[in-house]
Amino acid sequence: MTLTELANPTRFLSLATRILPWLAMLTVVLLAIGLYQSAMAPDDYQQGATVKIMFIHVPNAWLSMFVWGVMSVASLGTLVWRHPLADVAAKSAAPIGAAFTFLALVTGSLWGRPMWGTYWEWDARLTSVLILFLMYLGLIALWRAVEDPSRAARAAAVLTLVGAINIPIIKFSVDWWNTLHQPASVMKMGGSSLDKSFLVPLLVMAVAFSLLFITLHLAAMRNEILRRRLRALQMLQASKPVALP
Amino acid sequence: MALGPYASFIVTSYALVAVVVLILIVWITIDHRRVRARLHELESSGVARRSGRGATDLT
Repeated sequence: MTLTELANPTRFLSLATRILPWLAMLTVVLLAIGLYQSAMAPDDYQQGATVKIMFIHVPNAWLSMFVWGVMSVASLGTLVWRHPLADVAAKSAAPIGAAFTFLALVTGSLWGRPMWGTYWEWDARLTSVLILFLMYLGLIALWRAVEDPSRAARAAAVLTLVGAINIPIIKFSVDWWNTLHQPASVMKMGGSSLDKSFLVPLLVMAVAFSLLFITLHLAAMRNEILRRRLRALQMLQASKPVALP
Repeated sequence: MALGPYASFIVTSYALVAVVVLILIVWITIDHRRVRARLHELESSGVARRSGRGATDLT
């Protein structure tokens, strides 16, 4: 099935309805495996058992940036290709991305307190992720503030593409500035510096959370398509002439 | 599985992730049911799409 064929909302609804139960099941299985492996992972020689927070903090942090990336591609779809489902995809992804970013911030904070001695530090990595969270909230507010979906879509697409500048800043903040946050240890030149006993559960959890995002996003997109049909029917009903006595 | 002196930080992190993910799932499920119910309500009152197909039809 091509992207052009998926541009038909009815075809997309049919596909989403068919694959959602399978995706949900696969997500649950992978999450169960990932959680088991995380529980069984050894303690770190420096961090002790707090290293277990990494298995949920890192996937959420990766997804906070990945979801913005998805929204940026969808925004291009809105502005350049005018794909009918592009703004549906962008709008549906924003609350999910905000939730992942919130979890990355809070779990990072809960990991930082025992390791760094503080819940928060205004360093480049933490501050740029906080800005990302605020941008998600701003986008959600924008979608809610503008009643006409197509006008809201264009404004949100511009804001999303401007906000995408923050993604490389987040990624490279630990290299460009002297931060309390540690530099990259998984995705870096020369391969991961993590031991296999930590790397395997982390990657399983990352795939599980990515599948969770895809599942939630497809379900949220389905809701948004139905909501637009509802709006169209309500407008049709309101435009019907009323018979006077 | 011993979690050591910082068990409360670890347990709180996992519990918080579980709660937020659960909220997302419940919110999306309730939203789906609510929109479908309102669509059925409108369609049963005689308002139909120009194509004549039901709003929740998948074919």
